[in-house]
Amino acid sequence: MENLMSVQVKQSHIRKGASFLSPILGLLAYGDRVAVVDDTSSGWIRVKSGRVTGFVHESALTTKKVVLNPGAKDVEKAASSEEYALAGKGFNEEVEGKFREENPHLNFAAVDRMETRQISLVQMQEFMARGRIVPRGGAA
Amino acid sequence: MKIETRREFLNAALTLGAAGFFMAGCQAADTVIQVAGANLPVSSGQAESLVEVGQAVMKTFESFTPEQEYYLGRTISATVLDKYPAFDNGPANDYVNLVGQTLAAASDRPDTFGGYRFQIQDSNEINAFAAPGGFIFVTRGLLRCCKDEDALAGVLAHEIGHVEKMHGLRAIKQSRITDALTTIGMEGAKQFTPQELNLLTETFSKSIQDVTNTLIVSGYSRGQEREADMAAAALLSRVGYNPQGLLHMLQQMEGRINPDAPDFAKTHPSPEDRIATLEPTLGAYTPYTLPEPRIERFVAQIAWV
Repeated sequence: MENLMSVQVKQSHIRKGASFLSPILGLLAYGDRVAVVDDTSSGWIRVKSGRVTGFVHESALTTKKVVLNPGAKDVEKAASSEEYALAGKGFNEEVEGKFREENPHLNFAAVDRMETRQISLVQMQEFMARGRIVPRGGAA
Repeated sequence: MKIETRREFLNAALTLGAAGFFMAGCQAADTVIQVAGANLPVSSGQAESLVEVGQAVMKTFESFTPEQEYYLGRTISATVLDKYPAFDNGPANDYVNLVGQTLAAASDRPDTFGGYRFQIQDSNEINAFAAPGGFIFVTRGLLRCCKDEDALAGVLAHEIGHVEKMHGLRAIKQSRITDALTTIGMEGAKQFTPQELNLLTETFSKSIQDVTNTLIVSGYSRGQEREADMAAAALLSRVGYNPQGLLHMLQQMEGRINPDAPDFAKTHPSPEDRIATLEPTLGAYTPYTLPEPRIERFVAQIAWV
């Protein structure tokens, strides 16, 4: 039987090799299911998603099935089983909204601005090359 | 007490999971379960489900999904920014994010729900914070303890270590986790009722207090600080930074820190202790040189901060 895992973060990447500097072959989104090909590389799992086969870091994946729009039945299943993770449940945007109503002085705009500062793989590679930073095991 | 509602069922299950239980014997179709000294008559089917649910829901901080960790982290960040406001220099923050996100990508936990983000705080106090999910803060005061990019990398790698080991989430009291899971379990419909939302927001608020209290007032345990330093030393070498930078930064901090100030000194072991912890792995501090472009970009973006 196919061994499936789910993406448990907003977005992740499938990479050519088992390294943070390895080229990106494909994007993965929250709740996407991938088939495990092998997990013998430390920290990285070789997976297949559609036609793409490559490496995803284990921190992006869970063995649970992520239910994206859970209904009442899913909540019941998740309460008694280790197999499900419910997206958007518990501490979520709605709870944050309620908390913000009660704490209007807090500066969430600064947190939103902070989140916009995302560094791409290309920026990272250029930054390392310009600063002559050579990772252990050599550049990918 | 009879178990009639879903809420009572879940509460009983959670108590069972938390406190342990034993079956006191069968009474016809009913089983009596003793929870915290009270006898609860339940059907045998119910008893079985209770045990199952109790075991399933009696969890630790690890029961929070990365998505929930992210929402906790956002609000903890807003609270930390209330104490020390953001320093809004774009290029300096971009530079800190280049160093920090490169390190985070190479860490043992590169994928958090929303990714790692770094923010300079406008304060002369010497301090740094890591909120769950990868929101990391460093004050201008602490940046002044860094002589170069490798020293800055040492500071950021230590904070990444806290996120990787989930030290922030571990500060949340067990009772909040139990309360949160009870409320989530009660939610059958698509949306919370206003009462459920109030309950969950209250638990959320208390969880935020647990973590911010640890970050700002009491500090992590010595063991956790040691764990973060050891993770930092390994990560710096993996990426190609000189871990001696971390030792140099700690020496600088030792000279600048005010032991009576309500900052890093209060929430961290002394720099001297941290150096002593790192030395068996890194050796005593030995001066190093860096490539010119790496020195220049640090001077341009951070040295004036």
